[in-house]
Amino acid sequence: MRILVAMSGGVDSSVVAALLKRQGHEVIGATLQLYDHGQAAKPGACCAGRDIMDARAVADRLGFPHYVIDAESRFRDSVVESFADAYARGETPVPCVACNQGVKFTDLLGMARDLGCEAMATGHYVRRVEGPEGAEMHRPVDAERDQTWFLFATTKDQLDYLRFPLGEMPDKAHVRALAQELGLEIAAKPDSQDICFVPSGSYVELVEKLRPEVRGEGEIVDEDGRVLGRHEGVARYTVGQSKRLGDIHTATGERQMVTRIDVPKRRIVVGPRVQVSEADSRRTVRLRDMNWLIDAPAEGVRCGVQIRAREKLREAVVKPLENGGALVELTEAAMPAPGQACVLYDGSRVLGGGFITAGDA
Amino acid sequence: MTAPLILPGTTYLDANATEPLRPCARDAAVGGMLLSGNPSSVHAEGREARRFLEDARSRVAAGFGRISGTCVFTSGATEADAMAVHAFGQERRIFVGSTEHDAILKAAPEAEILPVNRDGILDVEHLRARLQETGPALVCVMSANNETGVLSPLEDVLAVCRDSGAHLHVDAVQSAGRVPFTLGGCSVAVSGHKMGGPKGAGALLLAEDEPLDALMAGGGQERGRRGGTQALPAILGMAAAFDAARAQDWAPVQRLRNRVEAAAKSVGARVASEAVARLPNTSCLILHGVAAQIQLMALDLAGFCVSAGSACSSGKVSSSHVLRAMGETDGASQAIRVSLPWNVQEAQVEAFCEAYEAMARRLRK
Repeated sequence: MRILVAMSGGVDSSVVAALLKRQGHEVIGATLQLYDHGQAAKPGACCAGRDIMDARAVADRLGFPHYVIDAESRFRDSVVESFADAYARGETPVPCVACNQGVKFTDLLGMARDLGCEAMATGHYVRRVEGPEGAEMHRPVDAERDQTWFLFATTKDQLDYLRFPLGEMPDKAHVRALAQELGLEIAAKPDSQDICFVPSGSYVELVEKLRPEVRGEGEIVDEDGRVLGRHEGVARYTVGQSKRLGDIHTATGERQMVTRIDVPKRRIVVGPRVQVSEADSRRTVRLRDMNWLIDAPAEGVRCGVQIRAREKLREAVVKPLENGGALVELTEAAMPAPGQACVLYDGSRVLGGGFITAGDA
Repeated sequence: MTAPLILPGTTYLDANATEPLRPCARDAAVGGMLLSGNPSSVHAEGREARRFLEDARSRVAAGFGRISGTCVFTSGATEADAMAVHAFGQERRIFVGSTEHDAILKAAPEAEILPVNRDGILDVEHLRARLQETGPALVCVMSANNETGVLSPLEDVLAVCRDSGAHLHVDAVQSAGRVPFTLGGCSVAVSGHKMGGPKGAGALLLAEDEPLDALMAGGGQERGRRGGTQALPAILGMAAAFDAARAQDWAPVQRLRNRVEAAAKSVGARVASEAVARLPNTSCLILHGVAAQIQLMALDLAGFCVSAGSACSSGKVSSSHVLRAMGETDGASQAIRVSLPWNVQEAQVEAFCEAYEAMARRLRK
């Protein structure tokens, strides 16, 4: 079949393209240019100028067409600006979710459909399983590489059209060996990491440049407004963190954690870790923009939820709300950070997910 | 690796990127490859190579109505443009048209940009006014635009330049061989492969046989005006291609071009600069609501080679600076360029029209 492969220029998506080509499919490669590589982009991150040339070299070598898609302005608006906006609201965003949701699985996928492709494949580590009621998303075989949390916002319709051949790979070494076997020069290329559009490695600098209002130091206070210390900028903090609080832990005699970020007052609010993380009020989480990969269960569903990129599952009951959100009742209290994703799992299967909001009950 | 002349199953309609090689140019180039001598050598083999080189020089110069001493061979038009800006731009204020090719725009990054009207034609009165206000100047105006095919009012531009003592440099890459060029009193850049010659040779035609401050002095070749051993095969190919292009009757190509435009308009496309004088082979087709990128991809996958004038070296298609300069907004990123090659066949054009209509119907939402 005619299939479009989203190629970043890295090992994973190159192997996907090569595998599909070897299987006899009509492969079309596409690489999104997300920012001007004339500006300093991190060499290890995805889609810098070199990556585009690498993707093109793979396509030329294997003999299929490859196109570079200009997604700069769309990426800036839908990912980078909203990333900065989220920090300006005191949230901790997940830009990769926004990128997958918009630039990749809406724009590029739409392009694939326009070109008469029957499917679009990516190098993501998730498993797409053909279930009795259509396509299901599952965790990959290689748990180390699991990207399901970043892909929870994939709609049923998109999932139906997508293919993730690497979901079945036992580990990355296997993928690299395959790249070698397929004769891909990029077999040993380092993995991309962190936030691709932050050239310096410091997202704080970028956020402060784009949203000057978050810049500047401020107070660290407790729930009653008592000043406990000072901080160097609100964008450096995430709800739930205990780092970067200076000597407050020793001064108060208790380990503290961030409970709230008050951007207008430029304040970081903290509370004693043991106390706040066990408070009953922390057992309820409200989600916005829910994406259900099962029929939304009116009665609610008991499942595991994951509220950070790398974290264990927590037991919960999740009920859909009429505004397109959901209410999560955790069995044990937790400190979810507004802006992060809360993804629902049943075993290896992703049931859906939404974004954590600041309002708790 | 041996390459086929044209890939089987593809229809090549991107002549403004490069013309298919003309057989006479191939023969001339092969002949050039068989000449062992270096044209700068004093011995018999050198003299023989030089005889061919100088014959090519006088033919290329004659194509512009000039004597052979005005012709300086280069690696291509980008170099010729850079040489002209370097040699004639010193101590002068530089003006460049807003729709110029990057070969000029990037050679003169500090230049003042001259506006064009909605049809892409340079505003000569604006130029006149600016030249009256400034001192010595270099003015760079292309003879035909590579994206739209629009022909510049070069005689008017030259008159204005003469009145104020400004030097006029003309990038004639797209018009050379396709449209007669008889203007004197200006420098001219051309490229061999845009006329159906091999890639790798071009020329800078000077207003008169004059010394030139070289970009590369090297071994003093080209009478000290451009160092480096001349690319004899490509130069001989260029001379042969230029002769053939000038001798060609372009009216049949223009008729096929008109056929393309009629087909495009039948499915709602607009032809940029349709009402003004243009090259016989070039159409810039704006299909509203459909990104140029997707049009190019769809046509490529169907076997048709066309382009968007603004593709960068990575292949990324951005909005066209030419169309933006003409006041287009969304249209600037929804245009493709169809440029018919010298040897285009009617059946190819018919097949393209069918494919374009099908694409437009499918993608236009």
